Amino acid sequence: MTSASTRTLFEKIWRRHLVTAGERGLPATLFVDLHLVHEVTSPQAFTALAERGLTVRRPDLTLATMDHSTPTDPSIDDAKLRVLDPEGSAQLDQLQANCERHGIPLYAMGDERRGIVHVIGPELGATQPGMTVVCGDSHTSTHGAVGALAFGIGTSEVGHVLATQCLLQHRPNTYEVQVDGSLPEGVVAKDIILAVIAKLGIGGGTGHVFEYTGEAIRALDMEGRMTVCNMSIEGGARAGLIAPDEVTFDYLEGRPMAPSGEAWEAALEDWRSLPTDEGATYDRTTTIDGSALEPMVTYGTNPGMAIPIAGAIPEDRTIEPEKRASFLKALEYMALEPGQQLQGKPIDVVFVGSCTNSRYSDLLAAANVLRGRKVADGLRVLVVPGSDAVKRQAERDGLAQVFVDAGAEWREAGCSMCLAMNGDQLAPGQYAVSTSNRNFEGRQGAGGRTFLASPLTAAASAITGRVTDVREVLS
Amino acid sequence: MSARFERFTGTMAPLPIQNVDTDQIIPASYLKVTDRSGLASGLFCRWRYRDGDPEGERNAGFVLNQPQHQNARILLAGDNFGCGSSREHAPWALVGYGFRAVISTSFADIFRSNALKNGLLVVPVTGEVSAALFDAVAADPATRVTIDLESRTLSLPDGGEAAFDVDPFARRCLLDGTDQLGYLLKQAAAIGAFEAEHPSRLDTRSA
Repeated sequence: MTSASTRTLFEKIWRRHLVTAGERGLPATLFVDLHLVHEVTSPQAFTALAERGLTVRRPDLTLATMDHSTPTDPSIDDAKLRVLDPEGSAQLDQLQANCERHGIPLYAMGDERRGIVHVIGPELGATQPGMTVVCGDSHTSTHGAVGALAFGIGTSEVGHVLATQCLLQHRPNTYEVQVDGSLPEGVVAKDIILAVIAKLGIGGGTGHVFEYTGEAIRALDMEGRMTVCNMSIEGGARAGLIAPDEVTFDYLEGRPMAPSGEAWEAALEDWRSLPTDEGATYDRTTTIDGSALEPMVTYGTNPGMAIPIAGAIPEDRTIEPEKRASFLKALEYMALEPGQQLQGKPIDVVFVGSCTNSRYSDLLAAANVLRGRKVADGLRVLVVPGSDAVKRQAERDGLAQVFVDAGAEWREAGCSMCLAMNGDQLAPGQYAVSTSNRNFEGRQGAGGRTFLASPLTAAASAITGRVTDVREVLS
Repeated sequence: MSARFERFTGTMAPLPIQNVDTDQIIPASYLKVTDRSGLASGLFCRWRYRDGDPEGERNAGFVLNQPQHQNARILLAGDNFGCGSSREHAPWALVGYGFRAVISTSFADIFRSNALKNGLLVVPVTGEVSAALFDAVAADPATRVTIDLESRTLSLPDGGEAAFDVDPFARRCLLDGTDQLGYLLKQAAAIGAFEAEHPSRLDTRSA
């Protein structure tokens, strides 16, 4: 237990957002500093408001974008989309109408600020240290990278926040995930989080908020920290936090929605008080040696089923008896065998994108591997930037040309093949190496099979057309 | 949305799979709806139907297609039910199909929260109770259990009872048939006072 004078980062943020503390079994009422909205999980919430004659309490703390079902094929315009995907198109229209009615800023198709909700929040400086940030999307945990308490909510709760700017919440427990040491070559943020989930299990963080600490975390740049926090939910934790530091402040300074001038100085002073106090304790703690990590790849149908890329799928006799049936069911879906090596497994598609790995540094990492090389014959490679801003920067700096020259498809920003709502999807039976966050059955298209990995591993695999250890390509 | 749950007695559909994610409960292709209707046909559709198509052939082996489980309104599932995406379409689909409750050893946080807001009771039980229920259903698909929210107990086929935990606030709302938004709206004065004391650093309309 933490004593009264020492608090964790989570406790500090929690306490300063309590409208009412909640007692005798009642939940706390937690104020929300930023509510992010997208087309898929909001329509029914706006309808609930309309049915009760309610308005949006704080449109100035609400921000909407279109990302989940938007086309990434540059040739599909509004008119084409209405024909190709009338349902998706209607959902986008409805978001536009809802935002207009309630005065919510919306980055619609064609807007230079548009992108994946978890990419544009930090990019615009809208997500800031010490804030509470919510969105009807489980990967809202991403924003914890700047030291904000950020978590996904359901559509009923989207309605609650629209109407009251508050949420009813029970206080979660805290879980320190300490990653020591420095990462070996070829090992990046994505490998850290896949290793964390493999260790803790996909329900390991249920009821908890992760705080990532340790030398390997501190050494990550902001975008790497976003990758780690993004997949907290895949470990069962609704939120993941990293204490703000100079890396955070350097990242935020000068961004459009970040404070400026005197307000910036005041914010800095406040943000420096946020990190967990010396002597504060967590409800649970785990430690991982970052210097012993290897590039990770998943073999099964949840993100916890991951192995070092040079390793083999576990033998079924090593799996606990009560988990064996689910393990074998996953391998049957993947058409893989216990004990099999993944390295060298032929693949059909490589997807570089998603709120996990579609930021500039992710694209740069992939481009550095692909530069001057060619995508393997017959392989489809999609590179989908996380935002319009990322896309423009990658085009200015020549990264887009590297991908195109290598034979990859360079697309418009959006969620794309991460959840395959927009037509970007695997065909039944296809294998993909994907930089996204979920390898669930059919996630990237009915019957599709996903190997989650880092942008480095994805790029290396794009060259060979097989699951490939990037260290072999780099050496 | 207000939803009520007091007590329910019925048979169970056994789904002995761990980590059932919300993409399996309802795939993303069903998320383009702008209301809550029409989701029942998509429930577990990739397992229920060959090619995942509700117009297509059924997978006879899947529990919801088995005649002995046709009328089950309680889902008996493996650990960590409802993990993954926050989509509330998952409980909407389960409720739309007719399920009143899910029994499991554990539930993902967001799914649990979403389910309780839609009258779908999540009933956490120990591994021992879970195993006994799976055994009982395997022996006799007509096995019935009673879930009593007032007393927070699950009556077991052997005549015993198992207590279960439920968020006391969600329980009160379900028993009374009141919704959580109403409770929040009554706090408008406290929210206003909080806003007055905590000026925001952000205006999303400024960029």
